[in-house]
Amino acid sequence: MIAFAIRRILVGIVLLLAMVLVVFVLFFAAGNPARDVCGKYCTPQKLANITQVYGYDKPITYQFGQFVKGLAVGRDYPVDDKYREALQKSNPSLVIHCDAPCLGYSLRSAITVNDAIAKYAPVTISIAVYAFIIWIVFGVLFGVIAAVFKGKWLDRVIVGVTLVVYALPTFFVGTFLLQFIAIRWKLFPYPRYVSIADGGVFNWLIGLTLPAMTLALFYMAAYVRITRAFVLESLSEDYIRTARAKGLTERVVLFKHGLRAALTPLLSMAGLDFAALLAGAVITEAVFSYQGLGLLAVISNRNSDLPILIGLVIVAGAAVLAANIIVDILYAFVDPRVRLS
Amino acid sequence: MSRAFLSVENLSVNFPTSDGIVRATDDLSYTLERGQTLGIVGESGSGKSVSSSAILGLHRNTNAHVSGAIWFGGTNLLALSDDEMRERRGKEVAMIFQDPLSALHPYYRVGDQISEAHLAHNRVSKRAARARTIEMLARVGIPQPDRRVDDYPHQFSGGMRQRVMIAMALINDPVLLIADEPTTALDVTVQAQILDLLQDLQKEFDTALIMITHDLGVIAEIADDVLVMYAGRAVEYGSARALLSQPAMPYTWGLIQSIPDVSRSVDLPLRPIPGNPPSLLNQPAGCPFYARCDYSKFVADNRCATELPELAPASYGHLKRCHLKEELSVYDTQLAVVETGAN
Amino acid sequence: MATPLLEVKDLVMHFPVKSRSVISRTVGHVKAVDGVSFTVAAGQSLGLVGESGCGKTTTGRLITRLQKPTSGQILFEGRDIAQAGPRVLKPLRREIQMIFQDPYTSLNPRQTVGEIVGAPLVIHKLVPSNKRLAHVQELLEVVGLNPEHYNRYPHEFSGGQRQRIGIARALTLQPKLLVADEPVSALDVSIQAQVINLMQDLQREFNIAFLFIAHDLSIVRHFCPEIAVMYLGKIVEKAPREELYEHPKHPYTKALLSAVPNIEQAILGGRRERIRLSGDVPSPINPPSGCRFRTRCWKAQDICATEEPLLRRVGAGADEAACHFPEQ
Repeated sequence: MIAFAIRRILVGIVLLLAMVLVVFVLFFAAGNPARDVCGKYCTPQKLANITQVYGYDKPITYQFGQFVKGLAVGRDYPVDDKYREALQKSNPSLVIHCDAPCLGYSLRSAITVNDAIAKYAPVTISIAVYAFIIWIVFGVLFGVIAAVFKGKWLDRVIVGVTLVVYALPTFFVGTFLLQFIAIRWKLFPYPRYVSIADGGVFNWLIGLTLPAMTLALFYMAAYVRITRAFVLESLSEDYIRTARAKGLTERVVLFKHGLRAALTPLLSMAGLDFAALLAGAVITEAVFSYQGLGLLAVISNRNSDLPILIGLVIVAGAAVLAANIIVDILYAFVDPRVRLS
Repeated sequence: MSRAFLSVENLSVNFPTSDGIVRATDDLSYTLERGQTLGIVGESGSGKSVSSSAILGLHRNTNAHVSGAIWFGGTNLLALSDDEMRERRGKEVAMIFQDPLSALHPYYRVGDQISEAHLAHNRVSKRAARARTIEMLARVGIPQPDRRVDDYPHQFSGGMRQRVMIAMALINDPVLLIADEPTTALDVTVQAQILDLLQDLQKEFDTALIMITHDLGVIAEIADDVLVMYAGRAVEYGSARALLSQPAMPYTWGLIQSIPDVSRSVDLPLRPIPGNPPSLLNQPAGCPFYARCDYSKFVADNRCATELPELAPASYGHLKRCHLKEELSVYDTQLAVVETGAN
Repeated sequence: MATPLLEVKDLVMHFPVKSRSVISRTVGHVKAVDGVSFTVAAGQSLGLVGESGCGKTTTGRLITRLQKPTSGQILFEGRDIAQAGPRVLKPLRREIQMIFQDPYTSLNPRQTVGEIVGAPLVIHKLVPSNKRLAHVQELLEVVGLNPEHYNRYPHEFSGGQRQRIGIARALTLQPKLLVADEPVSALDVSIQAQVINLMQDLQREFNIAFLFIAHDLSIVRHFCPEIAVMYLGKIVEKAPREELYEHPKHPYTKALLSAVPNIEQAILGGRRERIRLSGDVPSPINPPSGCRFRTRCWKAQDICATEEPLLRRVGAGADEAACHFPEQ
């Protein structure tokens, strides 16, 4: 079991490195990144300077090696050793140290990629976790209810409503919640992000509720349908008939025998969807003007801020990989056939 | 007149579908005493499993319509409330199924699954239930039961899994056991072990046993009475010895002739029953076997096509559902052929 | 003596077993097929019988070269195809075809019967496309299906009819050898006999050799004049059917036969000696030393654990058995 986990993690690290390589090559193949930071009044002299100081003149394999080294042990900027040592003597505050795992340095924004992401990540993670909880709890709950009352009016209502919700685009739901629930009808305080440090847990939650709902609704609708299908499938299995033949009550048959098998495959789906959700919060953040990773991505893209974009891609990829590994390990815990075969 | 220990009377199970009503079991009656074994034979769709599930009340809360009566120990099981039925299920009446791998929950230890059946019907501690489980596992012939009680179903071989199912079914000493194709998924040597075990346990606990199978050989080895089903109806019913040595209607003949029995000459070609079983939807008037029957030409006035034969006594002391006059045909067991004296 | 159609010599298939440590390595082998030899003459049929896990299905897959054997020879018309590459195998696929057990999962549900049966013609470019339909319809008629049904889908047919489709597909290329892996065990009894009779007719008409793989002793007996019994990857007995069923030489064959439920004997009494094997088949990863059957054999002696019995002629007839103490 532990060997299995270690092997999964090792494979994950190899995959991550491969991904970093692909991203690195793709981005730098586009041209000299120094050109993007050189600015409006770029002179050949200035461009050559930046290129040299940030090591963009070195072969890409060398740059990649340095980047990976930075990921492992951290690195200092500017990259060029002689220039940096000189700078250290003349103006030490301009030498920037970036701790491992160093994702790079954005000259354009004058900030390490790590700091940029650390600044924007809490908003996104908060919304995503909140949304995840809403969607799992209500998605599974309504899915199970629909399955148990299959064919009855309750089932039809749930299936009908989810179909409608499923079809609504996120920006529409977000705009509706903001314009009507919060602004026009004032059913809910106007959403703005308050960190726990600033406003306490309660205000933090209040601020997150509308964006989280916006994000959760689509997934929730999807999960109602998936859960319903899984539960129905599970309830038609032979072992459910066995459980009934034992004389167990319907409650035990459903909750102990039916749901366990039905919800296990949901586990793996939910893990992957959560990782995707982290990366996909852009629209929600835009609608509510929240300062999250989605916004960072939009800004960086507009500014052609390559280092930050690379950092974001790596973080998103790492999140997906991590979710994969966690799901695999959890799955082995839940299903003895995976664990003991 | 007192009723038999188990008396199924005019049992019908119908499933309404969008295409019409599927008559899975139609007007079925039989009886069974304690310590006796009834073999129900038929092909897929003959209604043998559906009718037996009705005894356990497994059609409750589904869209099935069940009518008739199932008298068991003085009560009509069909008239019981859901809770009363549940209390009998797994305690007085137990069932084992064809495929023990899918019939056991893959995520729970076999011991927990077995003791769950005990705990559902007895006020005992978990520890006592576990001790009883280990005892039952030992009784059904699982080696090292105190260790294997904590294993999961996928860690057992097919034969051992079926033993687990039997232990689960018998843990509350049921007086009626229904075995639905319990050996079909198993190899022959394992099948022989399981059949031996079932017979031993039956003797020990004086259980009434309903053995559902498509295999006449299994029936011959284990059953006292035989019920042959076709398209939801009983077509022949009587003591195993009488019915198998002198089968009295063409479907049973066909079944026997189409089996390549090891003791029969290989020079005799297999005589398959032509065609396929009829749809249970919109069944034709007349005999359900009419379309596949070679002998209807010996019945006057085309009655086989128009009139459903009654389940009536045949001359060998069992019941048959057939218009054919018995003097016309003699079944030769040795040759496994029917000699017709009509022409 | 003429070259037999198929000659299998010392066929071995070992599947590696990986450890579950961080770096996985091979810790053992599942010895699924472990030194199997037999011959099938043109137009003849050999039955391969055994219980689940004995290696009979793997043997079938090796002969059709769906899998590559670990070692051994598969001589088809004198040519060794055991390690042959795709270029050699493609024309060979015309000669050796397979019929599968489950007629529900072995037919593509999205293809019409005509496409399924006609696909081999397309792949091997045998019949011009304008004659293909007529050819397919002819085949459907041969296997007893309505030729008008060529553009229906598999789900519109019953189990027995589907197996006929599977047989028609296998016949399309007019093979010399058909490997039939449990072709009737998924069918109802009354339908089994229809399919068996069909295969027998086809064998006579087209002179096709059969390797008939089954767990059901009575069906094999009906179909094959010669039968090989497998246990844990080895053939333990090979004999003409009369010999095998009347006077089994290997204790395992004897036990297997006595386990088959039998109507006549149960009703008329006078049953044979009943032999009940105890326990399960041992693991093919670590088979018992010497004779593999010794752990369940009532006749086992010391020599059975130390010396592996070889398949050799026993008695006066053609019966061969791998046993130190064969039945007489």
